[in-house]
Amino acid sequence: MSQFDLKDHLRENQLFTNRTIVALVGITLVITAIIIRMVYLQVIGHEHYSTLSQNNRVGIVPLAPTRGLILDRNGVILAQNLPSFSLEIVAERVKDMDLIIKQLAAIVEISERDVDRFKEQLQQQRRFQPATLRFRLNETEVARLAVNRHRFPGVEVQARLVRYYPQTALTVHAIGYVGRISEKDEQEIEAANYAATTHIGKLGIEKAYEDVLHGTVGYQRVETNAFGRMVRVLDRIEPVPGQNIVLTLDTELQRVARDAMGEEIGAVVAINPKNGEILTLVSTGDFDPNLFVNGIDRKTYKELQESPARPLFNRALQGQYPPGSTFKPFVALAGQELGVIDAEHTVFCRGWYSLKGSTHRYRDWKKEGHGTTDLKKAVIESCDVYFYELAQALGVDRLHDYLTQFGFGRRTGIDIAGEATGILPSTRWKRDTYNKPWYLGETLITGIGQGYTLTTPLQLAVTTATLANGGQYHQPHLLGSIVNAQTEQLFVPKHPSSTIKKVDNRHWQAVIDGMINVVHSDRGTARRLDHGQPYQIGGKTGTAQVAGIKQGAKYNEDETPKHLRDHALFIAFAPADDPTIAVAVIVEHGGHGGSVAAPIAGAVIDHYLQGAAPPP
Amino acid sequence: MSINRQKHYEPWVDRHKQGTLFRRGLHLDWPLLAGLLILSGIGLIVLYSASGQDMDHLWRQATRLGLAFGVMIGVAQIPPHHIERWTPWLFGAGILMLLAVEAVGDISKGAQRWLDLGIIRFQPSELMKLAVPMMVAWYLAETRLPPSLKATGVAAALIFIPVGLIAMQPDLGTSLLVCAAGVFVVLLSGISWRFIGIIAFLGTCAVPLMWFFGMHDYQRQRVLTFLDPGTDPLGTGYHIIQSMIAIGSGGLYGKGWLNGTQSQLDFIPERSTDFIFAVFAEEFGFFGIVLLLTIYLFVILRGLYIASQAQNSFTRLLAGSLTITFFVYVAVNIGMVSGLLPVVGVPLPLISYGGTSMITLMTGFGILMSIQTHRKLVTT
Repeated sequence: MSQFDLKDHLRENQLFTNRTIVALVGITLVITAIIIRMVYLQVIGHEHYSTLSQNNRVGIVPLAPTRGLILDRNGVILAQNLPSFSLEIVAERVKDMDLIIKQLAAIVEISERDVDRFKEQLQQQRRFQPATLRFRLNETEVARLAVNRHRFPGVEVQARLVRYYPQTALTVHAIGYVGRISEKDEQEIEAANYAATTHIGKLGIEKAYEDVLHGTVGYQRVETNAFGRMVRVLDRIEPVPGQNIVLTLDTELQRVARDAMGEEIGAVVAINPKNGEILTLVSTGDFDPNLFVNGIDRKTYKELQESPARPLFNRALQGQYPPGSTFKPFVALAGQELGVIDAEHTVFCRGWYSLKGSTHRYRDWKKEGHGTTDLKKAVIESCDVYFYELAQALGVDRLHDYLTQFGFGRRTGIDIAGEATGILPSTRWKRDTYNKPWYLGETLITGIGQGYTLTTPLQLAVTTATLANGGQYHQPHLLGSIVNAQTEQLFVPKHPSSTIKKVDNRHWQAVIDGMINVVHSDRGTARRLDHGQPYQIGGKTGTAQVAGIKQGAKYNEDETPKHLRDHALFIAFAPADDPTIAVAVIVEHGGHGGSVAAPIAGAVIDHYLQGAAPPP
Repeated sequence: MSINRQKHYEPWVDRHKQGTLFRRGLHLDWPLLAGLLILSGIGLIVLYSASGQDMDHLWRQATRLGLAFGVMIGVAQIPPHHIERWTPWLFGAGILMLLAVEAVGDISKGAQRWLDLGIIRFQPSELMKLAVPMMVAWYLAETRLPPSLKATGVAAALIFIPVGLIAMQPDLGTSLLVCAAGVFVVLLSGISWRFIGIIAFLGTCAVPLMWFFGMHDYQRQRVLTFLDPGTDPLGTGYHIIQSMIAIGSGGLYGKGWLNGTQSQLDFIPERSTDFIFAVFAEEFGFFGIVLLLTIYLFVILRGLYIASQAQNSFTRLLAGSLTITFFVYVAVNIGMVSGLLPVVGVPLPLISYGGTSMITLMTGFGILMSIQTHRKLVTT
């Protein structure tokens, strides 16, 4: 302004106008660039960015279905889901885990076993997954944690449904248990359907009917904000809860059997001969399946593994025992049906038997012998010599082929996994297994249920049922029906059955009469079971040798240490004329079948036929 | 002033050329005011959405806007020659305050920018956004134009001393904007194109030097992230990616007000301040952006018109520079939010939530209005 010169002023003005026009051009160019950028983002890239935005916003959260219940035949709950508050920690969000646990222990009770199990779980699972430090928090503990929550980032109290087995150890060997999904499980399951599921059936019914019990996963599409927090639910596909399972098991009968076993180690299997329904499946020792649901701590697991009772071992399915004398009725039937003997055939028993040209004496359990013995007497008194001779006459292969039909030496096909095969020997079997020829002496001891022959308690129950109902073989099963929440039956499975070809009904009746007299005659080995009940029980005692007895030596039960004592066995069915229950009992190292095993079977039968609700 | 007297002589000129509608004279430029009010209105609407429907935010912003418009109107009443007279003092005070910040400034957001004056906390660098172009215009107006080499050198010193001080705080974004404001004055003054070319060349050569010696790690990181946001999608690149997703997913018509998922679900960082344009773009789409740019363009054209009508070198250079700087704010903000420029922390004028920069901005518009409404009648 100081140099107010008109010429300068004009020139400056001109210059300024030029520069302003340049600026305008520049501005136009920049705005054009912005518009082009917007076209690029909002028109050309619109679809791409819309997808990204949608992915940002919407998360799919799987919803775990509620696992189906397991009920017994009378509607008693065997497995259920209980809401439970647990204390969970995402390890990756915690700096000093030991410190946090120490601080938490000041608020809620945390045992050494909890910590042990927690660390075990941490090692096994994926990153950024919560691991549970404490289960079943009570309300006070939940409240205390809520108040102190700000002190513990990464620590959450979660309400979850936890599988619970109200019968605890009683039904464990039938029901099994669920446990956390392991890496091995993950390879076998359909990942999508298990997206929200934390537990899977590991054993027993829980494993066998996993598909039925699990249900179908649900989903909800949720809007999440930038911090991953759920803002609202957009839509939701409800999970389909697992179906409920009704078992054939009778919990009351199970309890009677279990109580009768007391401290003894062994198994009791009761079956309905008419249809193969398993009424009782007891194996002792046993354990509380609830221990396994959320992962067992190392110490408890070690205790279970090292316990001499081997509680984890399911004796009913996996235990293989020589059937001993319980095998004899079957041999007697085979002898008749194959035309080797008839019921009137007699043998003179001197207390021992020898093969021609051999000095080896096959002893009878009764040193002085049974004298002249017919089939009935042989069954009632369990005469060994009778069956040595019969077995020799039959030959092992014919015996094998006939008894296979009853279920000896093969899996019964029960609907829970893990059952053992047992052994019904034959010459071919021995050649295949040991690459050795069969010796005649082995045929003799096979005739009294010793030697190579091995059965599981379940097999014994099934074969007994088949014998009792005149040759109708029903595949044993635990699954009664599948029902919905309103207990309407959705599915009743058909189980395979087969019929053994009968030559003469009288052959069967003779054996059954013999078995009735085992219980109901003065000389019967299980006569103590006869207490005037309104029905007849057919039975057979058995004693399976555990330790070999030298020639000429004497077995004295009282002087033998418990673990070398014989196994006590008993098979039975009732009512004898129209059996609705068949039972097999094995008491490991129990001594005599008649005195130890028979009363247990008796208790089960009496309760079933007299004490409880009648079978359907 | 002498306006009333002029009006007395030629009242039609007063109405027509000076744009003063009140007879006894509030100095206001109505087209400019209208543009600014529309922008502020849009700003409040977007802010309501961006803040997550927070009325507190809205009230605070409205209060600030009221204050800023008040300041603008106040400044508009000051005749330009008064402004010119105060310019060196203002500039000197600004330099002193920058030095004071350097010495005792509060540490805020990892950088020293604030000067605590007891009652208010003040950013001297904001003052320099105005003081630098004013000072350069003041100086150049004293010399013959186009400026001589010596005058250009002095102008460069007037620019780079405060810019250097601001860059040391460190506040790269503001220092660049202050620098731009001063440089625009020099460019508008008619400096020769050849000279501009040489400077541009030297500037380009200086870039690697800046990179290795003049920048902090986080500044370098910002530039690197800008060049390829994908390298760090969850870190620094996250802002740019989420912002681009917001803009792109808006499409032609936008998702609708309050319906932007990127905005409402917190995916856009700094969504009510620096990145508010992404919220606008997501909810109002391409057509919304075109409308917004049109209004900005209107304000800018009005500013350039005021500059072209200004009556002396100081007002002309200052008005031009203030207007172009305003445009630079808009362009840099949109460019950074849409991934065209690195993230430098420039708010979107009149839309972004925030106080200090708005006051500065409106003071600038007040100066523009003052320049427009205090013209003396000169035959041209």
